[in-house]
Amino acid sequence: MHKVGLIVNPIAGMGGKVGLKGTDGSEIVALARKLGATAEAPFRALQALKELEILKDSIEIITCPGAMGESVAKKCGFKVGIIGPAKEETSAEDTRQAASEMMKLQIELLLFAGGDGTARDIYSSIKDSGPVIGIPAGVKMHSSIFALNPKRAGELALLYLTGKVKELREAEVMDIDEELFRKGVVSARLYGYLKIPFERRYVQNVKAATPPSEKYEQEAIAAEVVENMEQDCIYIVGPGTTTRQIMQLLGLDYSLLGVDVVSNGKLLAKDVSEKQLLEIIDDKRSKLIVTPIGGQGYILGRGNQQLSPRIIKKIGKDNIIVVSTKDKLHSLKGAPLLVDSGDGEVDEMLAGYIKVITGYKEYAIYLVSF
Amino acid sequence: MLENKKAKLRNFHQAHWDEPVIFELSAKGARGILVPEAEEEIKAEVGDGISRIPAHLRRKEPPALPELFQAQVLRHYLHLSQATLGADLNIEIGQGTCTIKYSPKINESFATSSKVTELHPFQAEGTVQGALEILYKTDMFLREISGLSRFVFQPGGGSHGLFAIASMIRAYHESRGESGKRDEIITTIFSHPSNAAAAAVKGFKVITLYPDKDGYPDVDALREAVSDRTAGLMITNPEDHGLFNSKIAEFTRIVHEAGGLCSYDQANANGILGMTRALEGGFDFCFFNLHKTFSSPHGCGGPAVGAVGVRKEFEQFLPVPLVDFDGEKYFLNYDVKNSIGKVRMFYGVLPVVARAYAWIMSLGEEGLKEVARIAVLNNNYLMRNISKIRGATIPYDAPGKHRLEQVRYSWEKLTKDTGVTTEDVQRRMCDFGMHYWTSHHPWIIPEPFTLEPTESYSKEELDEYVAALKQVSEEAYTDPEKVKNAPYNSCIHKIDPSLLDDPKKWAITWRSYLKKHGKDIDA
Repeated sequence: MHKVGLIVNPIAGMGGKVGLKGTDGSEIVALARKLGATAEAPFRALQALKELEILKDSIEIITCPGAMGESVAKKCGFKVGIIGPAKEETSAEDTRQAASEMMKLQIELLLFAGGDGTARDIYSSIKDSGPVIGIPAGVKMHSSIFALNPKRAGELALLYLTGKVKELREAEVMDIDEELFRKGVVSARLYGYLKIPFERRYVQNVKAATPPSEKYEQEAIAAEVVENMEQDCIYIVGPGTTTRQIMQLLGLDYSLLGVDVVSNGKLLAKDVSEKQLLEIIDDKRSKLIVTPIGGQGYILGRGNQQLSPRIIKKIGKDNIIVVSTKDKLHSLKGAPLLVDSGDGEVDEMLAGYIKVITGYKEYAIYLVSF
Repeated sequence: MLENKKAKLRNFHQAHWDEPVIFELSAKGARGILVPEAEEEIKAEVGDGISRIPAHLRRKEPPALPELFQAQVLRHYLHLSQATLGADLNIEIGQGTCTIKYSPKINESFATSSKVTELHPFQAEGTVQGALEILYKTDMFLREISGLSRFVFQPGGGSHGLFAIASMIRAYHESRGESGKRDEIITTIFSHPSNAAAAAVKGFKVITLYPDKDGYPDVDALREAVSDRTAGLMITNPEDHGLFNSKIAEFTRIVHEAGGLCSYDQANANGILGMTRALEGGFDFCFFNLHKTFSSPHGCGGPAVGAVGVRKEFEQFLPVPLVDFDGEKYFLNYDVKNSIGKVRMFYGVLPVVARAYAWIMSLGEEGLKEVARIAVLNNNYLMRNISKIRGATIPYDAPGKHRLEQVRYSWEKLTKDTGVTTEDVQRRMCDFGMHYWTSHHPWIIPEPFTLEPTESYSKEELDEYVAALKQVSEEAYTDPEKVKNAPYNSCIHKIDPSLLDDPKKWAITWRSYLKKHGKDIDA
């Protein structure tokens, strides 16, 4: 019997159609309802579950009462196990609780229908345990954890449960500050990485199926970077899984989501703030290593706001080392890499062509824009 | 029954034999031919034959080859041939970048003539004048076609040709004391990946340029890429999506000004034969695949010839020997000052060169130009018809924009609409007896397929291929499962791709297969 977790965020996506840019917070939900929004997520979850009907007799769906999963699971005729109490209005806390309970029950796979907020809630309670597939149902979907559409989410789940897809990849959980977003200011953050079964056609930001695995490419990039590290130069290593490989190759402790500082093979500081960074680099020779974060190709201004315009000016364009797997570049489909440093002058300075390290002794000349 | 009479779609069904690997058919002691013992008279003269071979060169144990009767061998390979969609069996336009054209059978008679097959590469020059003449004259033809000054046929394929060129680029910079400094080769993402690979094998760093919004190599990116570290440019034109870079002379000028050399991958020269030349494009090196453009069959990965040409000043780096003519006889010339040495034994695969020679001779100058014209016309006719198929798109297309000999298409829309991928289409096309290839990696163009109709196919044949693609597209929109579960009429069904992608599983020899798949070799 396959145990599959299912969490439906019933209010996900409600804001979008009524122009609310997200539904985080109970007042917004009330407003959305008033504006005539209807629940989209259960319908989308249903579309995904339909793809699993072929395994109906060998799946138990572990889910939450009512609209958070029970009703759609039963509608499809699955054997259903319920956790948690029934509620009229559900909240982010319910998602977090449910996700951690499901992990305790040792589910094989967690399916959730929601948006970036839901992904973030799930990440905060389960971190990197267990594979997760996002059924896209939210307003904001910057995270890479979502399948292309609900049907693909179901198909991917089927491939995973039947053992046809075995590779797991880390997918970014990104979310923006909704308060700022509703005021028209985009400020995305990288919250962490969830594990997702990987089949290139099923996941957002379709990655080209280059034969070497992503990990192999990251190792090759790290080897290139480390081999060319200069004596006494300060290396500021930005967040991301590709840059993490550099720290691992150096055998150093690191922060996956933060900015670390390295010199002469030693860790100078971990997870630094902008202020600390300014103090460390002072007037010393420094280089900055960044990698695109999120599906849109941002190398600065998304998930690494510590790297402020002041710091970038100090370091200078020539000392910025961009690293990226070829998959990531190709997933941009010809669109440029992006910067959004918060300072127009700095963005302009960074615009133009930049050399990107894509492997061991391999580079691309790629356009940067803002 | 025909499914679609008007477009002549066939109701094809392939033979299925459930054929084991030949090693599994082996029966101890089985023999195809029993070689009779030598007569007493001969034995008295030379002994038993074996003892004349020095002891240390003799095998201690016989090789672990399969043991079969002759008829079994024949049957085995006939069975396998029926399980393929070979170039002589189907409308072979589905393998873009490979220029699978019709190779006239009369040329086969030259290549398989005992005058070719019975030669030994160690024979004295005086006894192989005809073979040397073929090599010499084919070199002359290629000089004319490319504008470059000398060709060699040693490399056994296109990638091998590029390897020879990368070696010469390295040798050139070494001869100027710059090899330590000049360690970067520039290429483009739509150039054949062998350019990057050959450079990497020679220890160069590889810098890849991405296309501009119209799909052409980005000349501004090139300006950014060149420096005093630039060793050279290794590039295809037209690129793998069929677009011809009309700024090519500017590309080579920029690289030359930076002190680098320029290599022209002309593996796919079918659309430019007699139209443009490497010399006028500013190139120092080029190569042609005789087994593509020059109508020698591909032979399942070999033997082939990547004919490499150079400008005058780089002749000093060519692999030896060269074939020369002193006015009376042809001879092998080993006197090449800075030769990179040998990249393969002897002088090249003679049967392949012989076919190419015969093909060029039969067409003449005007015939070669006609090949290019028809190949380009066929391709643009095909492209306009495919553009009408639902779910198929042509990246970088624009009104009035033509391609040369091939196009890289995309099923991205079809995949988004229906979930049917290019790999599903590939399997379904087998049901119509059509070979269809996706594209080599990386898949910059999502869900790609590359078609190259060459000059060999008629309008009706191209129509039939398009009709099959159209049928598959219609099925994808009405019954996607049908396409996804294909093929039904082909003998090969879904294959686990890890056997090709996973180094732990792939095996290119029987020994390696047994080792990786946990079986012992049965000696």
